[in-house]
Amino acid sequence: MSTLTDDTIPVTPRAMRDEMIVFAVMALLLAIVPFSGIYPFFVMQALCFALLACAFNLLIGYGGLLSFGHAMFLGTAGYVSAHALKVWALPPELGIVVGTAAAALLGLVTGYISIKRQGIYFSMITLALSQLLYFIYLQAPFTHGEDGIQGIPQGHLFGILDLSKPTVLYYVVMVGFLAGFLLIYRTINSPFGEVLKSIRENEQRAISLGYKTDQYKLLAFILSGTIAGFAGSLKVFVAQNASLTDVHWSMSGEIVLMTLVGGLGTIFGPVVGAFVIIAMQQYLAGFGQWVTVIQGVIFVACVLLFRRGLVGELAHFLRRSL
Amino acid sequence: MGEICLADEFILETSGLTKEFAGFFAVRDVALKVRRGHIHALIGPNGAGKTTCFNLLTKFLKPSGGQIRYKGQDITAMPPADVARLGLVRSFQISAVFPHLTALENVRVALQRQHGSSFDFWRSKTVLDRYNGRALELLNDVGLSEFANTPAVEMPYGRKRALEIATTLALDPEMMLLDEPMAGMGHEDIDKIAALIKRISAKYTILMVEHNLSVVANLSDIITVLTRGQVLAEGNYADLSKDERVKEAYLGAGHG
Repeated sequence: MSTLTDDTIPVTPRAMRDEMIVFAVMALLLAIVPFSGIYPFFVMQALCFALLACAFNLLIGYGGLLSFGHAMFLGTAGYVSAHALKVWALPPELGIVVGTAAAALLGLVTGYISIKRQGIYFSMITLALSQLLYFIYLQAPFTHGEDGIQGIPQGHLFGILDLSKPTVLYYVVMVGFLAGFLLIYRTINSPFGEVLKSIRENEQRAISLGYKTDQYKLLAFILSGTIAGFAGSLKVFVAQNASLTDVHWSMSGEIVLMTLVGGLGTIFGPVVGAFVIIAMQQYLAGFGQWVTVIQGVIFVACVLLFRRGLVGELAHFLRRSL
Repeated sequence: MGEICLADEFILETSGLTKEFAGFFAVRDVALKVRRGHIHALIGPNGAGKTTCFNLLTKFLKPSGGQIRYKGQDITAMPPADVARLGLVRSFQISAVFPHLTALENVRVALQRQHGSSFDFWRSKTVLDRYNGRALELLNDVGLSEFANTPAVEMPYGRKRALEIATTLALDPEMMLLDEPMAGMGHEDIDKIAALIKRISAKYTILMVEHNLSVVANLSDIITVLTRGQVLAEGNYADLSKDERVKEAYLGAGHG
């Protein structure tokens, strides 16, 4: 048996250092967007979806839970924030807090119900619950049904930052995205994240080690829903409306698509995936209905050719964690 | 006073333990007493109810009747995670490791549980580095130190079983339940794991289900033979190997 010396004790893995470098590059690139001539609304919209996909990825990639109803968090937070801003005339920061809190509460309730089942049954329950909410929002007077909530005032964040100025709004959304991203990153690389990964790997074994796995899955679900909701609240300021599109099941499908294209269970995959999908919708808009078909083809190609997703394949090729 | 002695002597006891699946009794009225410090083996032909019995003891199945007492405490209705927290820890028939975690991380997950519940998602996992020393000690104990940074999925099968035992030991259990620890292993690995079990049995009580009779003969202090969900006989290997009923039930009529 070999003797142990201090240098056999692994230091903080190289992976974390690599990931922080990539994060710094990403933050820098995002920071120079307003000077690059790229349409800022496109990037803002993509950032909201990127955060949403990252939140979804926390659940599937690290907890092994495939939610097929994540649009409900996006939409719920959107409606609540929009209502708070427009009808209650709350300042932007409170509008975000109220919307995000609503998503957190929704995460608690829907998570409690859905984590009682595993695998496909879990996915089906999340889908069913999100459909239930869709029909509630279709009927509820405060959402204005098909019209949605429109003309939402952007206001001044903390009373100083004028969100109606595109550059100011851009940086607020960017900071919001980076903060959400870092929270997810920390969660994945926390003691809690380690337990979550062990549950993904072998839930029975985790139970036999004395972990009450339902509690960990529920916390992961709430965290994921809350961050998804935060993305929904931010999106309200970008789009200045809240509509049924955001709670529709096809939106949940799009979140899955973004994550798969970028790379399930990778740190940066969902961000790349979201930008690819949003860019396609933006730049292929001229093809009209064909966008859906093109998306479908790309989805099939991804599953067949790059099963790990764009970032996943790159990470595999470089033998790095990204 | 005799009663107190007995309760202390037997770490795990069942009475009338029964599991019924829609009219079929997989386990029927089993009274099992496991003495503290013993290696107790549960054997029997295929379908005798060994694994069902095992899953009842570890609470992965709910009994249809009867009682399970661990250290004098009734654990019949307790959820499995709580049972593990009392120091009664199980292994699985199929090597149960966390495949995409390294050997070190596998053991660390168990050490982490012992030191709290780990709901802290806001802290960096570098706080877990303080368990590295102990984790390496445990890996070293089972001869796995050179695999510390290898993902479990890349380890040979026999080593995975050793890793599983190291992970279980990390919980510092009082009693270990091993479900066919030698299943699917080659001779060399069997000897290694058998030696490991023998060594750790100095500190822990072990109940194991095992098919390999030479392993059972070498390791066990006492053996319970199950057939058709019921206890057929109990004793040491020497006595049982002379028992005609056991021969017939276990080896089948063909072996005469």
